[in-house]
Amino acid sequence: MCTYLTERIAISGSAKGASGWFKVTDGSVYFDHPVHAPYGHTLNIDFLAPSQGPSARVAVELSAESARALMKAIEAVLDSAPPGLD
Amino acid sequence: MYDAMLAETIMINGHDGHMIEAYSARPLDSTPRGGVVVIHHMPGYDDASKQIVHKFAFHGYNVVMPNLYWREAPGASPDDAAATARAKGGVPDDRLVGDVAGGTEYLKGLSNSNGKVGVIGYCSGGRQSFLAAVSLPLDAAVDCYGAFVVGTPPEGMPLKVGPIVDKTPQLSCPLLGLFGADDQHPSPDQVAELEKALQEAGKTYEFHSYEGAGHAFFSVNRPAYRVEAANDGWEKILAFYGTYLS
Repeated sequence: MCTYLTERIAISGSAKGASGWFKVTDGSVYFDHPVHAPYGHTLNIDFLAPSQGPSARVAVELSAESARALMKAIEAVLDSAPPGLD
Repeated sequence: MYDAMLAETIMINGHDGHMIEAYSARPLDSTPRGGVVVIHHMPGYDDASKQIVHKFAFHGYNVVMPNLYWREAPGASPDDAAATARAKGGVPDDRLVGDVAGGTEYLKGLSNSNGKVGVIGYCSGGRQSFLAAVSLPLDAAVDCYGAFVVGTPPEGMPLKVGPIVDKTPQLSCPLLGLFGADDQHPSPDQVAELEKALQEAGKTYEFHSYEGAGHAFFSVNRPAYRVEAANDGWEKILAFYGTYLS
């Protein structure tokens, strides 16, 4: 199904797309049909810069298992980083 | 037999008079024929959806598919446009109806139109096909596994969809519904609820649910593809349009 489920967040950082690096301001996280990955549904993340147009986008489509592994890895890295390194 | 057809990107009048992009395919002979508005799925105005446009034209219909994401992302690649539309909350129902109305107007204005127009949509487009058919004067509508015609979306969902089964009495045309028995969105219970509403409203409809098939069984480029269900479904669609659009 088209799950429609979407979490939208404000983010701060940069991403590298087809035209090089750009500042990202928005993120979409959703579990829905992928465009490319060979699954019925994937955990999709879009890193976006709406002010620069629709093509200012870095997208990933991950299997549910991969997405959970990624979450754990991100948490582990952030938790082990020394405090005060922002 | 002369069977040339033309497929091209055009501009049509969409909701509120805005010009929007659309993809059209149509046989070039002058024999009067029906038209079909194809509503693309949520992943966008993509290659697979354009192949569906070609298929209906191959079978003798004038066809048009409005780019529902044109306003948010003119000229963008289909996947970027779909992501942009999703981030902005999706396609509002009134805008969908206006864009399908524009497609209908375009088809009826073709010199070889017989004046009849049907609509079809898959997945999110299935719900939108039903929405168009309860909002516009049409001659036939096909709903392929559209979720949330019946049933309330999860709480907090930011996209602008909601159940529309209460509009069944306003259905303007016969409805063909094609569903996967293993699908949960819509679930077999939800399909039964829609069928009950159609019966109570005295509407003409035809439903088929395929065993061993889930959601998106028509999608030839996805793991959900089920060849037997899809082949039978296409036969049902072409027979249905043959009855109501000729």
